[in-house]
Amino acid sequence: MEPIRQFAGRIVALPINDIDTDQIIPARYLKVTDKAGLGAALFSDWRYSADGSAKQDFVLNQPEHQGASVLIGGHNFGCGSSREHAPWALIGGGFKAVISTYFADIFRSNSLKNGLLPIIVDEQTHQQLISMAEEDAMTEVTIDLESQTVRLPDGRAVPFPIDGFSKHCLLNGVDQLGYLLSLEAETARYEASHAARVNTFA
Amino acid sequence: MKTMSGGKTLFEKVWNNHVVRQQADDLPAVLYIDLHLVHEVTSPQAFTELRQRGLKVRHPEQTLGTMDHSTPTTPRGLDGVIPVVDSQAAAQLDVMRKNCADFGIPLYDLGTRNQGIVHVIGPEQGLTQPGMTIVCGDSHTSTHGAFGALAFGIGTSEVAHVLASQTLLQYKPRTMAIRVDGHLRDGVTAKDIILAIIAKIGVGGGTGYVLEYMGEAIRSLSMEGRMTICNMSIEGGARAGMIAPDDTTFDYIAGRPSAPKGEAWDRAMAAWRQLPSDPDAGFDAEVTLTAEELAPMITYGTNPGMGMAITSPVPDPDHLKDVSQKLALDKALRYMDLQPGQPLLGKKIDVVFVGSCTNSRISDLREAARFIEGRKVADGVRMMVVPGSQQVKRQAEGEGLDRIFKDAGAEWREAGCSMCIAMNGDQLQPGQYAVSTSNRNFEGRQGKGGRTFLASPLTAVAAAVNGVVTDPRTMVNQRERA
Repeated sequence: MEPIRQFAGRIVALPINDIDTDQIIPARYLKVTDKAGLGAALFSDWRYSADGSAKQDFVLNQPEHQGASVLIGGHNFGCGSSREHAPWALIGGGFKAVISTYFADIFRSNSLKNGLLPIIVDEQTHQQLISMAEEDAMTEVTIDLESQTVRLPDGRAVPFPIDGFSKHCLLNGVDQLGYLLSLEAETARYEASHAARVNTFA
Repeated sequence: MKTMSGGKTLFEKVWNNHVVRQQADDLPAVLYIDLHLVHEVTSPQAFTELRQRGLKVRHPEQTLGTMDHSTPTTPRGLDGVIPVVDSQAAAQLDVMRKNCADFGIPLYDLGTRNQGIVHVIGPEQGLTQPGMTIVCGDSHTSTHGAFGALAFGIGTSEVAHVLASQTLLQYKPRTMAIRVDGHLRDGVTAKDIILAIIAKIGVGGGTGYVLEYMGEAIRSLSMEGRMTICNMSIEGGARAGMIAPDDTTFDYIAGRPSAPKGEAWDRAMAAWRQLPSDPDAGFDAEVTLTAEELAPMITYGTNPGMGMAITSPVPDPDHLKDVSQKLALDKALRYMDLQPGQPLLGKKIDVVFVGSCTNSRISDLREAARFIEGRKVADGVRMMVVPGSQQVKRQAEGEGLDRIFKDAGAEWREAGCSMCIAMNGDQLQPGQYAVSTSNRNFEGRQGKGGRTFLASPLTAVAAAVNGVVTDPRTMVNQRERA
């Protein structure tokens, strides 16, 4: 994974509460066996009519919002299924961060493992970002992972939380599996003192 | 509330037993995983990761594969083969076979006698046991918590973590006690309890928590009812839900193929009896419901938190203070084409689905069959009954339940997720209404443009028979009078 330190991007707002992963990517697109190309399915049912034409009233289809890389979602973004296809589709759709007041646990965990930043801000900042995105499609924010801040156009730097381990991994492009594998001795010690509970071959 | 006492919760005991490395300031805990269930949809990219790194599966014997999501549930052809009509799904199933073969993982393949929905087969085989950690790339892994296991859904990156290391990185969640006191009234079931809980805490109310369900109404439930409850923990935003093991749990496990035998059983029982939360254990949050106050529940909106007693009118967005909630309800009602204040009773429906990891076990099918026996599915209604596993299917057929459903005019199908996730061709047409025993009523979940009312198997049958949303209690009374 590429290290992430700081990036600037235009914001686009989808201020709907409880956007579930079935909206982010409907289940019929999960019959794939790789991660590539899922951007085309992002918000598919909201983006396209039955005949496949783009719905012009859907914000992500509007010309002025093309190229936006920071999505402002409603409260409880990413609820529902555990499909990692949701962050893969968002990344495929050009997004580097999603901002909300809170995220569903599994979506948040999946996003952090793929370099999509789930950024939690307070309700007032959230509202402000939605208004700014709706008023001016060119509104840009700068996200700085090192200092854990989102810098708004008015210069205000809003802090956001992220666990230290995920931050370290993202800043350095370290993947988490490598860390787990480095703990082989500890895992083996645990196994030596705890008999396996089941045998799926039995 | 949390106290400074030494008592531990069920969750804390299971967690503590599985810590390979303690959580530190900037590092999550490393948790050992006892059982890893794998299905065809969320695993291919994880196996690719292992291949790219030249890694093996650390413990194939603690891993089990099955096929359920993209598998067809259409009845077998005359040649005994279940036809996969979708070439992309067929390719995904082939990849699953190859991955399990290459990495030495046992697989309950399509068409074999143990195949079924991943959260039905674990308990059925006796693989799901108290005090274990169980994960799967599937959010309804919370189901297994009914046995006092810590069980939760993970993403595909984490599937790779567990395959390769048998461990996971986790921050310790908070705990929430959900107490359901008293006794359920006739016609009210486990499904109604969990829909009422989610309606109360909201679709995000459990975020960051592991739930423990307790109280007399929970203790009185069968294991299958408890699985229905824990299954939908994720619909309240919680990763996991747990119920303390007791004699009901032990009786269910005893004698199953993977259950401990002989002396090992005695040792296991002794350990399992230590698992329930200590009397002085504290929780970070508590919620209480009274069973006598619960009615059959139904959802009216586009997330499982938008649920109400079946006799209630559809809520009015204008009565909500919070602007974003008002917008959400308004959007949901537009999608569902429902009016504020409208009753759902009497609402015409097109499809009834009995199945899914929430309600496809033998007791669900028995309950539905008893209720529909001697009745007919209404004209113009399609009713599908999809058993959770091949074993459930055989058992149901042995009891003649398939005949009862078919005589009533319902479809009796092969095991799988089917119309719960609508990946396999079983789906609603745009605009159709379904009463479904599944777990999600999200927009398009059961087919693009389809509209879902989540309810219990009894409420599903009542709707199938009348062709409209019906309070099952009115039919229970009819039959008792007859």
